[in-house]
Amino acid sequence: MRGVGMESFDAAVIGAGVVGCAAARRLALCGARVVVLEAAADILDGASKGNSAILHTGFDAPPGSLEAACIAAGHTEYLEIHERLGLPLDRAGALVLAWSQDEAARLPALMDKARANGVATIEPLTGAAIRALEPELAPGVVAGFRVPGEYLIDPWSTPLAYLRQALANGAQLWRSCAVTGARWDGKIWHLDTAQGPVGARAVIAAAGLWGDRVEAMFTGQATFTIRPRKGQFVVFDKPAAGLVRHILLPVPTEVTKGIVVCRTVFGNLLVGPTAEEQEGRRHAPLDTATLGRLRTLGEAILPALADHEVTAVYAGLRPASERPEYRITWDADRRFLGLGAIRSTGLSAALGLARHAAELIAATEPGWRALPEPAWPRVPNISEGAARDWQCPGHGGILCHCELVTRREVEAALDGPLGARTLAGLKRRTRVTMGRCQGFYCSEALARLTEGRLTEPMGLTGD
Amino acid sequence: MTDAPRPPAASGPAVVETADVVIVGAGPAGLSAAVTLRRMGVERVVVLDREATPGGIPRHCAHPPYGLREFGWIMTGPTYARRLVAAARAAGAEIRAATTVTALRPGPAVEVTSDAGRATIRARAVLLATGVRESTRAQRLIGGTRPGGVLSTGALQGMVHLAGVLPFRRPAILGSEMVAFSALMTCRAHDIRPVAMIEPGARTVARWPAALLPRALGIPLMLNTTVAAIEGGARVEGLCVQTPRGPRRLAADGLIVSGGFRPEGALLPGSHLTRDPGTGGPEVDPHGRLSDPAFFAAGNLLHPVETAGWCWNEGRRVARSIVLGLRGALPLPAPDPAGGRIALRGPLAYVTPRRICAPGDAALDRLILRMARPARGRLSLRVDGHEIAGSTLDARPERRLFLPLPPAGHGAVEVVFDEDGGDTG
Repeated sequence: MRGVGMESFDAAVIGAGVVGCAAARRLALCGARVVVLEAAADILDGASKGNSAILHTGFDAPPGSLEAACIAAGHTEYLEIHERLGLPLDRAGALVLAWSQDEAARLPALMDKARANGVATIEPLTGAAIRALEPELAPGVVAGFRVPGEYLIDPWSTPLAYLRQALANGAQLWRSCAVTGARWDGKIWHLDTAQGPVGARAVIAAAGLWGDRVEAMFTGQATFTIRPRKGQFVVFDKPAAGLVRHILLPVPTEVTKGIVVCRTVFGNLLVGPTAEEQEGRRHAPLDTATLGRLRTLGEAILPALADHEVTAVYAGLRPASERPEYRITWDADRRFLGLGAIRSTGLSAALGLARHAAELIAATEPGWRALPEPAWPRVPNISEGAARDWQCPGHGGILCHCELVTRREVEAALDGPLGARTLAGLKRRTRVTMGRCQGFYCSEALARLTEGRLTEPMGLTGD
Repeated sequence: MTDAPRPPAASGPAVVETADVVIVGAGPAGLSAAVTLRRMGVERVVVLDREATPGGIPRHCAHPPYGLREFGWIMTGPTYARRLVAAARAAGAEIRAATTVTALRPGPAVEVTSDAGRATIRARAVLLATGVRESTRAQRLIGGTRPGGVLSTGALQGMVHLAGVLPFRRPAILGSEMVAFSALMTCRAHDIRPVAMIEPGARTVARWPAALLPRALGIPLMLNTTVAAIEGGARVEGLCVQTPRGPRRLAADGLIVSGGFRPEGALLPGSHLTRDPGTGGPEVDPHGRLSDPAFFAAGNLLHPVETAGWCWNEGRRVARSIVLGLRGALPLPAPDPAGGRIALRGPLAYVTPRRICAPGDAALDRLILRMARPARGRLSLRVDGHEIAGSTLDARPERRLFLPLPPAGHGAVEVVFDEDGGDTG
């Protein structure tokens, strides 16, 4: 609990996933007093913890949709701000690959869609041209096209940087703070939370996998139902990253963008995700046979992968709903905005969604004044695209040998208002234990360093 | 809130140091090599270890038997590790802990980083002795959720012996190599009571008498069983196992994923050195020499996995090769790397040393082989198609096999496991 009485804010953002973090940043920059309420012990604990880390152009989004507009706006803003926030950008570009005549027949319509979405830089390619660009590719590519604007980014530092900038400009983050009730008194929302009562003139629900339940708390009945869609991934060890230059995309279907093969900004190679409907919203269990199929599929696309080792496997849950589009609810009278079912493009669209949200709410708040000189804090770089901490003296030694994470980096990530509260949160801030040994070498040092700092300690508590 | 420090633009280290021999890895192989090099008159021997405390894996194997061959009596791993470190220091080697090698360069040279910053150390020879690690849950594609409490034996032992932290009370142990029994003993010493030992194969990998241990301790040994899924949120809550009689759920609060050793060869892919795809370590000749003859290797990096005593002995022998190499007294490496390599046929996982060179008094005095799968047939070493050594056997992947070193310069060398050959009756 945070003391007696109710603290009041201009806006409460429910959920510290990438969409909530971006919304908090935008509102703070607009001059609003913002609180971010996160049910979990740390940020990025739901849908935002497992994705393919691609900054999409939106070339295959439904033209004219809010999703297409938000991805385009998000892409543009990311390019404008990433350097000031210390965020990496790998301008890999994507190749959409048709492996059959049937798939090739669908390419012209896809390219038309891309142009309709304002992605004009696409280039049609023959199979031979594609093989020249990607020599490790298996034979059999019929045709395809290149989307130069599809980039690779850091999926965890990105929302962290957004939230960090929000906090640096006056926002607050309350973690372990589930919202359990909400009442509109005609002027403000009264929220019951695990940390005590909160007042807010406006509420933005960015609750991901719990979006429908949170929305129902505010509107009586949600306009949609979350249907979690699991995506499993296989991550290969660093030498495999050299096998590809582009993000390799299949021809998408109505349901999914399909299995992507791409490197990561951390220097690995990723194969995934699957698209599997499931009931549970909390856990995304891995399946040995599916992971084996992903591995086989990766080898079918890049035969040389057969000689490479798997570093990690993971699964994420997309907050899909019963319909393919985003589910946005805006009640201007009661200033409630639900950003629901941001199912698979949240990382790319977050900044655009945040602008959309701010425009809607600011129209009802004539008193807000954009910050004239906002703070621009930088996040520590954990990608391979720029110098890392181990290259600077005074780092206290390397703690995680596989990912070259230093003691100083881990200590910094445990500190401050955004300090990691869980081991998973620490991993997402530093990459510690995420390498090929998965903690064989560093668990001991990490257990010592995190003692008393995490909500779920590495060791058992008590005697 | 302060800004993150902004590291300088990436470039090579500014500080340059020199040594006669740099040894990467202060475990049994690296430390015994350091002692031998010093005793043979090598002036400046620098041993680098990325851990804060040197000594290697034995540091956290808090049980005997270690040291009988090396020090004349049986001791625990940590005592053994301290003895090795003390012996290397007494011999005049410099041991630098908490120093991570980030690149291997021709020259030879190694790039390092430590709290003091980055540096390049140039040497006349470099010995790689970086050892092994266990394979992970991810590498085995084990399904289920990803809670805390899924650890390798190495991580478990580091946590309980070095950090004093118990990760679980009632784990299951996956695997039945010797290291699984080491995990079992670690558990027993810390009041952790394993609920089962799970082995995918039809029998324990480790030989008698270790295989009797689970039964003696009342721990069920589940053969022909795999872990299908791990259950739990923050912590392991149970395991779904697939047994010969169907699926079963085990109540457990952790999983020790033991064994499946692989070389810690992460420095190789980014370097100019040739990797042996069979072992995953560097490709070596019988002198322990790599594709760049200024580099050598010893210990479990070459052959996952042998005992500490084996690695200690191998470190001594390869150190002698290094001294001969520094004096220009080693036989020349085969001029054509492609032609100077043993070819493999049949279900063989690896043969090491793979590069062919006149053996002389070679440091690695025989070929070590492992099978990729169980098979019966004739194993033979052939030169230009003629068998010069061989035997008919029923071979299993967990057992090492030996052949004599092949002669150099007498024709194409291959090691063949012929499943149709020989009379296995």
